[in-house]
Amino acid sequence: MAISTDPIDGTRLKDQFPLLSRDVHGKKIVYLDSAATSQKPLAVLDAMDDYYRTINSNVHRGVYMIAEEATNRMEIARALVRDFIGARSSSEIIFTKNATESLNLVALSWGRANLSAGDVVVLSHMEHHANIVPWHMLVPEIGIELRWIPLDDEGRLDLTDLDALLVGAKVLSVTAMSNVLGTMNPVRTLTDAARKAGAISIIDGCQSVPHSATNVQELGADFLAFSGHKMCGPTGIGVLYGREELLEAMPPFLGGGEMIRDVRLDGFTTNDLPWKFEAGTPPIAEVIGLGAAVEWLNGVGMDNVRAHEIALTEYTISTLHERFGDRINIHGPSSPLERGGVFSFDFDGLHPHDISQVLDQHAVCVRAGHHCAKPLMKLLGIGATARASVYVYNDTADIDALADALDATGAFFTL
Amino acid sequence: MPGLEDLYREIILDHYRNPRNRGELESPPAHRVEGFNPLCGDEIVLYLDLDADGRVADIRISGQGCSISQSSASMMSAAVKGKSVAEIDDLTRAFKAMMSIHENSLEGAETTEPIDAPDVKLGDLEALRGVVKFPVRIKCATLAWNTLAQGIEEASA
Repeated sequence: MAISTDPIDGTRLKDQFPLLSRDVHGKKIVYLDSAATSQKPLAVLDAMDDYYRTINSNVHRGVYMIAEEATNRMEIARALVRDFIGARSSSEIIFTKNATESLNLVALSWGRANLSAGDVVVLSHMEHHANIVPWHMLVPEIGIELRWIPLDDEGRLDLTDLDALLVGAKVLSVTAMSNVLGTMNPVRTLTDAARKAGAISIIDGCQSVPHSATNVQELGADFLAFSGHKMCGPTGIGVLYGREELLEAMPPFLGGGEMIRDVRLDGFTTNDLPWKFEAGTPPIAEVIGLGAAVEWLNGVGMDNVRAHEIALTEYTISTLHERFGDRINIHGPSSPLERGGVFSFDFDGLHPHDISQVLDQHAVCVRAGHHCAKPLMKLLGIGATARASVYVYNDTADIDALADALDATGAFFTL
Repeated sequence: MPGLEDLYREIILDHYRNPRNRGELESPPAHRVEGFNPLCGDEIVLYLDLDADGRVADIRISGQGCSISQSSASMMSAAVKGKSVAEIDDLTRAFKAMMSIHENSLEGAETTEPIDAPDVKLGDLEALRGVVKFPVRIKCATLAWNTLAQGIEEASA
């Protein structure tokens, strides 16, 4: 297979990620679980540290200097996120604690206000539990009907009957990229079909936003949810993008300080967007950390990130197939252009827990389990998979280390 | 820090590579029972043939799972064959005590002796003692035993 040109030297970038210099079991760590959470560059750690050391104060309240600085820093971060995904206005960028909360916010706030018995919500067979369970919760409460887009043999969405599935639908909520199969879905096709059917579209961007350039106008999405910690930012910060007119019409989600304009004994009025959906003291350091992560990724260039991962995906698939042939089965699309750098695999008939336990001894960190996608696991007819996933700081040496450790794993169990 | 050799003792790997009493029995007359570990996808199907005296005349195991769950099931099948229900009950309690000693010490209890553990020789099963150093894997080791207990209860009912 021709190896694509890689614009990024992952080996060199490792220097900016302190954790990647540590040892595990006496060996240099090989971190291949970025689909679960990414490592953080110094720029992010420093920005958060600097906030606590120099301007720690509550935002949107104090009139003293450091409170104003903290507020400014937080709103600059919001603008950075706005531009990162091509949103029209900062009012459309709502900070949550993670993507799960973002998806719950839409399902429960928009859903309760707009869905009634018999309404259809269309999901897909490759969704993360975070884009399934909030809708399940509305089934007994409202009486909505859930429909599921099936998958083809290579783990891509089978859109043959999409228009029929969307008949009577009020919501289409799908992932832009599977956290198990790596499949990158044709988001624009999906949002166009939803709009034509009179449904709103919600996109789970957890796996796509950190790994490729995102523009919500081009995607045509009404809502986009993603988390900070998978894109070099800290945990505890997620984002919900929503089209302004939809957010304006929605009832608030959580009640408390910050989200109000006025509170009286007989009621309250809500604050303007986006604060209407940000009750309580926000995760200020985390917002600032996310802003630093966006700046850092902008410095690398999102098109470069994607090109790097296409090259690494080609290398990973060809290396594992050359080394192990039929002993390994990598789930998801075979073309690197249709997938991201997430590799769920079966190896030698071994259980994923046994694989990851031995890989750990070789300092190779991979995920083992159902990856919060049990309906997909059931469809694939397996209980669990081992999953390696790459990011901007991975290099071919990491993949070679994975292959060597898998070789040792096979020898250990099948002698 | 516990190493791989603490978890994957040679005898465990032997039972994993060459599982004893692997297969199925015609059911009925044999009693068939399924055990499932939803978190990691381990599953075990156990076929139990109790004779008129309440002894395990035959036992077969099928299913799939990690090396710890599969080898534990294999060792268990070898250990309980020909034993009476009462003897198996003692064995089960001794095995579970071995698995839970560490759970207690993790919680800070100062117990070094198993509580309420019958004085039973565990034999090969001792090899699974190292599993307690990997708390995530304890449920893998106990799956077969819980399934057996359920099977005996159902078959004796």
